[in-house]
Amino acid sequence: MGKPGLDGHDRGVKVVAYALKDAGMEVLYTGLHNTVQDIVNQAMQEDVDVIGLSIMSGAHIPICRKLMELIKKEGLTDILVVVGGVIPSRDIDVLKEMGVDEVFPNGSNFDEIIRFIQEHVKRQE
Amino acid sequence: MGVATYIKDEKDAIKEVILQSGIKVKPVYKPEDLERIGFDYEKDLGDPGEYPFTRGIHPLGYRSRNWTVRQYSGFGTPKETNERFRLLISHGQTGLNVAFDLPTQMGYDSDDPMSEGEVGRVGMAVDSLKDFEIAFQDIQLDKIGSSLTINAIATVMLAMYQSVAEKFGYRKEDISATPQNDILKEMIGRGAWIYPVEPAVRLVGDSIEYAMKALPKCNPVSISGYHIRESGGTPAQEIAYALMIAFAYIDNVIARGYKAEEFVSRFSFNLNIYGNLWENVAKFRAGRKLWARLLRERYGVRDKKSLFLRGMFGGGGSGLTKQQPENNIMRGAYYALTAALAGGQTTGLCSFDEAYTIPTERAALLSLRTFQVLMDEIGLRDTVDPLAGSYFMETLTKEMEEKILEEMEKIEKIGGMIEAVSSGFVQSEVAKQAYEFEKKLQKGEVIKVGVNKYTEGTDMEVELHEHNEDWVRRQIDGLKKLRKDRDNSAVANSLKALEDSAKGQQNVMPYLVDCCKAYATVGEMSNVFREAFGEHIERLIF
Repeated sequence: MGKPGLDGHDRGVKVVAYALKDAGMEVLYTGLHNTVQDIVNQAMQEDVDVIGLSIMSGAHIPICRKLMELIKKEGLTDILVVVGGVIPSRDIDVLKEMGVDEVFPNGSNFDEIIRFIQEHVKRQE
Repeated sequence: MGVATYIKDEKDAIKEVILQSGIKVKPVYKPEDLERIGFDYEKDLGDPGEYPFTRGIHPLGYRSRNWTVRQYSGFGTPKETNERFRLLISHGQTGLNVAFDLPTQMGYDSDDPMSEGEVGRVGMAVDSLKDFEIAFQDIQLDKIGSSLTINAIATVMLAMYQSVAEKFGYRKEDISATPQNDILKEMIGRGAWIYPVEPAVRLVGDSIEYAMKALPKCNPVSISGYHIRESGGTPAQEIAYALMIAFAYIDNVIARGYKAEEFVSRFSFNLNIYGNLWENVAKFRAGRKLWARLLRERYGVRDKKSLFLRGMFGGGGSGLTKQQPENNIMRGAYYALTAALAGGQTTGLCSFDEAYTIPTERAALLSLRTFQVLMDEIGLRDTVDPLAGSYFMETLTKEMEEKILEEMEKIEKIGGMIEAVSSGFVQSEVAKQAYEFEKKLQKGEVIKVGVNKYTEGTDMEVELHEHNEDWVRRQIDGLKKLRKDRDNSAVANSLKALEDSAKGQQNVMPYLVDCCKAYATVGEMSNVFREAFGEHIERLIF
């Protein structure tokens, strides 16, 4: 899980990290003030199945565009990408067209997030 | 969100009420409760304006002085911010609360690659003194005080504020600024930190020491339990951590050879209001009492005014909901009532639309009117501390005091707040509380109207502030022009002197003032510190 950009409001990302961990997943959180490149580098290094971004700043479209470009460039298309935070509903389809697998705006239930990841994770054990 | 947990029977009767801080509320309180807690008027309350200040710091409360209202504002460029400031002042607001954009908060110039997409987004962009000259144009800086919501580079902005005031012909002795300047809480919640813990606290110490000598009307630090609570901490943790943070700053300045009594009267607090009314009122009463008592016991402070817990009680952002946003107007009114019943001196509310957009002018004005209705119509100025002597309130205040002390003890055990933050302990405590709360909310164990009960199915769409590319371009053009027009050798000299002070033991503040007056940029000054101190690395505990 990563928090790209300068915004430091990390209550949401930490709370979701706890929920995923409680659901039996291994969770790595990159911490604050990351660039998208930092997050992708860590994802490769740790060989993750899912990248989750938390974005509250309103910059979700340029950030996700960058992320998807890097994912393609690095050949990581089997990584599931989910995005959470302050995302207006009209932007959800825009993000999905870019290749984001699912968007969980603030207020989403833990169960939905957990279920989605469990059912859609692309990599096989 | 912050409401208590209610356990009910099948007929919807409440069987148990558990406040967030873990205190159980009884259905009825009687004189024997006061006996049980050993209630003593002189020891536990004292008259208003008298030690231990449980009843407030002024003998006549709001009778002698209405509260100061500071609505948070500032967005886009300094020019737009100046217009909003003047509007709020013309409507009766008596203090400013300045919001900076994230690049400014993080010490980046508007044209830095790290700033891309963030310039002017959540507050005003400030690159140099030029921007302050525009933002504070025609504001009477000797009459209107300003809170500056900036932390990692609060020293830079305090120096900038002094510089603009002097440029406008005010004496630095007459200006009143309150930079937030609480870096430890940034590391616990909110996240706008840059430098590692030790040098970051040293910068806080530098500004306190400097203000003591040069800026007699400034409050160099505003300890913000507020954000700890926003990040998930309980009301008891909010006060406990705020006090422990304050002690860390006091210890830094004392180590320079001063006595706490010489500077502690300048500390102010920024504390949160949302959730249970009683728990919050008790929290403030207990907090005032503990601050006074612990300053006496730990630091031997005797001067009465130095024992005051002063500050801003308000905000309540986490209590507001995106769903049914008009409900937030009512919530805001109750939060304001809480602040008044708790005897706060300064207040401000999150605007009702803040959960889904940057506050509109109308919403900001409505918050101001909320306070005016309470004070001018409802009777909250009539008498001081109207809840005093209530069996319930006095019992709860005492229980709150004990909870706060318990939380402080945990921090003491690991060696104080600097250690507790460096190790990631506090961050983890707060995040765990946030998680527990969120689980209860999702299970419906805590109720939030419009969120998990009485929902309407239709949701308010989030409105993101349109990012105004024109503003950004103007800001960056201005910055580029500035870099060309200023005396660049004077800038280089001032930055070199700043570097020497940062690497050495000298107070950086006078050097920052020189840099600001030479029109060094925020990024240039911040980078001097980045070079000298390095950057903070988060310790993440899960």
